[in-house]
Amino acid sequence: MPKTYENPRFDYRRCADQQPGAVAHHPVVVVGAGLVGLTAAVDLATRGVPCLLLDDDDTVSFGSRAICFSKRSLEIADRLGVGGRFLEKGITWNRGKVFLKDREVYAFDLLPEPGHAYPAFVNLQQYYPEEWLVERARELGLTEIRWKNRVTEVVQEDARVRLTVETPDGPYAITCDWLLACDGARSQVRRCLGLEFKGQVFKDRFLIADVIMKADFPTERWFWFDPPFHPGQSVLLHRQADDVWRIDFQLGWDADPEAEKQPERVLSRLKAMLGERDFELEWVSVYTFQCRRLDRFRHGRILFLGDSAHQVSPFGARGGNGGMQDADNLCWKLAAVLEGTAPETLLDSYDDERVPAADDNILNSTRSTDFITPKNAASRAFRDAVLELSGQQAFARRLVNSGRLSLPWGNAGSPLSTPCDEPGGVALPPGAPCPGAPCPGAPCPDAPVERDGRPDWLLRQLGDGFVLLLALAPDTPLPASLAALAREVPAIRPLLIAPAPRDAGGLPLLVDGQGLAAARCGLVPGTALLFRPDQHLAARWPAFDAAAVRAARDRALGIVSDQERKAVAS
Amino acid sequence: MTAHLETGPRLDDPDALYEALMAAYRDLPDAEALKLSAKLVLLLANHIGDAAVVREALAIASGRTDG
Repeated sequence: MPKTYENPRFDYRRCADQQPGAVAHHPVVVVGAGLVGLTAAVDLATRGVPCLLLDDDDTVSFGSRAICFSKRSLEIADRLGVGGRFLEKGITWNRGKVFLKDREVYAFDLLPEPGHAYPAFVNLQQYYPEEWLVERARELGLTEIRWKNRVTEVVQEDARVRLTVETPDGPYAITCDWLLACDGARSQVRRCLGLEFKGQVFKDRFLIADVIMKADFPTERWFWFDPPFHPGQSVLLHRQADDVWRIDFQLGWDADPEAEKQPERVLSRLKAMLGERDFELEWVSVYTFQCRRLDRFRHGRILFLGDSAHQVSPFGARGGNGGMQDADNLCWKLAAVLEGTAPETLLDSYDDERVPAADDNILNSTRSTDFITPKNAASRAFRDAVLELSGQQAFARRLVNSGRLSLPWGNAGSPLSTPCDEPGGVALPPGAPCPGAPCPGAPCPDAPVERDGRPDWLLRQLGDGFVLLLALAPDTPLPASLAALAREVPAIRPLLIAPAPRDAGGLPLLVDGQGLAAARCGLVPGTALLFRPDQHLAARWPAFDAAAVRAARDRALGIVSDQERKAVAS
Repeated sequence: MTAHLETGPRLDDPDALYEALMAAYRDLPDAEALKLSAKLVLLLANHIGDAAVVREALAIASGRTDG
């Protein structure tokens, strides 16, 4: 049915691994070439890590699916070399409105703040980024994608994982050191391991209708409760690229999914909503949803990312964004393990950081779902009370919940972060906010900077390795031990930042002329920040200390010092 | 110091307030009555402005504690 997009077909090709009796070995296998699997494969490739990517289909996403890409996902895409394409093709939006019956009760503005490379959200059909990531993977040349290769069996042995792969030419076997399961909510890898996927099923059904129309609706997210054209239920309208509009109709649990998908039925619902304007149906789907997750996302040599690890309701744009952020979190760690700079136990921190992130997504999406789909007469009464009050009472507007939109997870309490009160400072009480923002664990905020007289972005300058960002006043001398650190630990790239051009002793210097980097990163002259390869903050100090930086990098790599090991042993 | 829910008598004329509440509910069908209660809870909770105090009230009202 899609008319604005034709799915590319990627050919199945027989490969050498399929020779009878052969059991080829691959260091890294990624299962599932969807948004998350492709993000992981490209992230690994940018770090020089080859992988084998297996997909049971021969094309990208069928249908628009995830459509709201959050700022952090766009920044990850930028690091992977496809961010600009989201801006060119996608729809940037900032405003949302909530209607009760036929009147507006609440509007929000994501308050676009100048001085960021990417906006809060870009709407785009999921097949576009998937297609770009396939191209990017080919360009980088380290990913072998095998289409029509369906994983049927997975067995974890002590030192490796054994896979059986079904193809049009029959099955074959391979082994790998690390398996990334990015094979979605119905993950075959998860099924093979017999892992429990626990959570809550919501008794409601929703109809997605993607509609092609030239409409003069503003580029805003509109959400109706109990509109005259669909009484008693909710409706969402959101714009995508190519004059395609996503319309979600809440149907209730008793709806018959097959009958609801019939074009006549869909068209009559749309006509009630849109009137007699010209529109065409692009894609229709009826879905239910669940909020659930695996207990742990790392199971030995197998790591689960995206929907295979955790599933959320679509309200809040937390599915695709959560999955891309899983890949962002895991890939640098896996690369460090493969390179031998970090112990395998570093991968446990993927659980430490991404399980709470999934819980946060599940919590927020469950709350939204409870608001949108009341469970009984009392919860409906509360929901309607909030909506009715929200027209006049400012306090009630903050209770209206049609989706709390995805924000990056701050990794509070991560074992990889060096707490702000270490070393030598005054100990902060547990849980106290650290003196500067962002706190260790959180992603670096973006800001405009200049390098060698050319405008650029702070995040782009951070790139994808460990970076020591050191804030300097125009006239203070460079710390003497900085050059020595750069020599001894070349894996930590020093980056100086100052309000105006100054002597940088041959090191790269960012000029923060507008002071936005300083304001957003809490920089005063002397501040030293250590960033991880995923651009999250590892440590913050009021003054540079080479030994502390080395220790913080070790900690971020999961390297336990001899001293700590002794302390644990005693 | 953390505020606590006041459960001692505080109303000048409790009978008059009770009467006003009953009058508001008297002719309402169940669904409307539920919604009126919900609005009252939300307005008063916001007025209290301290989630811990509201949770205390919630615990007593749900019978999880006798205050």
